[in-house]
Amino acid sequence: MVESKHKWKAWLYLAPAIVLLLIFTVWPIINTIRMSLLENYSTMGFVGGARYEFGIGNFKQVLEYQNFLTCLKNTMLLCVLTVPISTFLALLIAVCLNAIKPLQRFLQTVFFLPYVTNSIAIGMVFAAMFNMVGTAFGTESELVITAGIINNVIEFFGGTAINWINAGSSYWANIAVLVIYTVWNALPFKILILLGGLQSVNKQYYDAAKVDGTRRVRVFTRITVPLLSPMLAYVVITGFIGGFKEYSNIVGIFGDDMGPTGDPGRLNTMVGFIYDALSNYQGRASAAALILFGIIFIVTMINLYVSKKKTHF
Amino acid sequence: MSNIETKTMHEKDMKKVSSQQRVGKFVAKFLVYAFLIIMAIIIIFPFYWMLISSVKSLDEYKLAIPTLWPKTILLSNYVEAFNQANLGTLFLNTMYVGLVSTLLSLVITVISAFAFARLEFKGKNALFAALLATMMIPGELFTITNYATVNTFGWMNSFVVLIVPFLVSVFYIYLLRQNFLQIPNELYLAAKVDGTSDIKYLWKVMIPLALPTLISITILKMMGAWNSYVWPRLVANDEAHQLITNGLRNAFTESTGDVNIPVQMAAVAIVSLPLFLVFVFLRKYIMKGVSRSGIKG
Repeated sequence: MVESKHKWKAWLYLAPAIVLLLIFTVWPIINTIRMSLLENYSTMGFVGGARYEFGIGNFKQVLEYQNFLTCLKNTMLLCVLTVPISTFLALLIAVCLNAIKPLQRFLQTVFFLPYVTNSIAIGMVFAAMFNMVGTAFGTESELVITAGIINNVIEFFGGTAINWINAGSSYWANIAVLVIYTVWNALPFKILILLGGLQSVNKQYYDAAKVDGTRRVRVFTRITVPLLSPMLAYVVITGFIGGFKEYSNIVGIFGDDMGPTGDPGRLNTMVGFIYDALSNYQGRASAAALILFGIIFIVTMINLYVSKKKTHF
Repeated sequence: MSNIETKTMHEKDMKKVSSQQRVGKFVAKFLVYAFLIIMAIIIIFPFYWMLISSVKSLDEYKLAIPTLWPKTILLSNYVEAFNQANLGTLFLNTMYVGLVSTLLSLVITVISAFAFARLEFKGKNALFAALLATMMIPGELFTITNYATVNTFGWMNSFVVLIVPFLVSVFYIYLLRQNFLQIPNELYLAAKVDGTSDIKYLWKVMIPLALPTLISITILKMMGAWNSYVWPRLVANDEAHQLITNGLRNAFTESTGDVNIPVQMAAVAIVSLPLFLVFVFLRKYIMKGVSRSGIKG
């Protein structure tokens, strides 16, 4: 009797969560697949009584769409650049932090600071640091009032100022700024995880290496990296997942236009593509979302496969 | 004689080697500190630049050779930023949405985690596994349909639309369930024998024991409201319901070119301040929650 009463109670306790999940999680999954398989589907049209044929036209359209290919290229490029750079830097910082005693806690706090920031707000700070104030770029009467602090530093060391994000800036300059901002933003989480991993590593391995007189570099590649491999796999996988969903960092620096003045959409990403299509072309947006899910799924599986082979636990 | 000589030679060598080692160690330490301090400066620099730019006059900001410390401290930028971005209303809206959604979310999370951790019912494990599987799907996939759904419900431009769709977090349920599972079952059975109700037991025993996790969830949820941008922009972009991040971006659409950067930086500093305070006072809980989640906000 007590048992049956419990069963009834369990479902009562779970009811709010289940109802909300059915509406806002389960139904969207089913509906996304449905919409993606109806040619040129739009919710407005559907409500208006239009009928849509079954087919894979949305996927074809998305893949042939120049805009989507630009988004795909930008997303991939940012992933491929930011994940290795941030992982490597985070590893280096974590190992160094683990090797010191004085100032360790203080520096650890400093390195965690970017985590608790608002990526739109701090994106605006980065924009300000790279921004050139002036008029008529690229013309005879070009007038630069201030080149921005980053350019000031470059000029101080004898370089020439670069148009990073303003009208007429080059694609690679934009990408460089985004990579710097994304890495800055991604470091705290990775350092936190890797340092946590390092601190739980058994000291005996290092003592044995010391007795054997093993060189530092060798200790790093033969002991530290293998022992850290589960954490490294974790930060790489989450890094790729986050990278494929890149969006708000770009809005922070370039605004909703997703590109420098005069060239909107140049830096758009896959998530940005989905949001652009979301209110009018639900079929296309759904197809793009499923493609994004497919890519994330495949990349995660590859990462898991590789890390299973390489991880030592 | 020769024996003594070789001995001293040997000692000398040892001394030489150890002093060499000591120099090597010192150089290594020096390099480690130098690297860490340079990286720390790079990490901190944007915050520093935000703060000093926020108190500069526009003329000083535009100097060809920038000043690393403001000549005049102009606090009027903050007043201007506060008014231009309507930060007061945005702040109240965000606090309201953050508090209500955190409170409701905590209640749902606690009772769901309790059911999964303590009660026995058919299909429990299958249901839990299904919930965990949804965590793999990118949120953007849900947004497309949810946008249409909230439109059908007539929730556009309201607070409800900012709160309800995100009340259930599978991840938080998972986190709390793990925490609840660590509490021995005997306690629960003993309480049952004594005739204690589930709710009383939850309130008196489980919640106090799982408090650190609940605090982590609260902080992450509040930070989520503070930092959310995409969904609010889609469904509640009117002035009465706008949240702070969205309002900030809308108030300063231009971030490149000839714009009043000191005022922008003052607005950014105001928006960043609460996050900074949370960081200073509750760092432990954030770090704990973060290291287990891998998600931002």
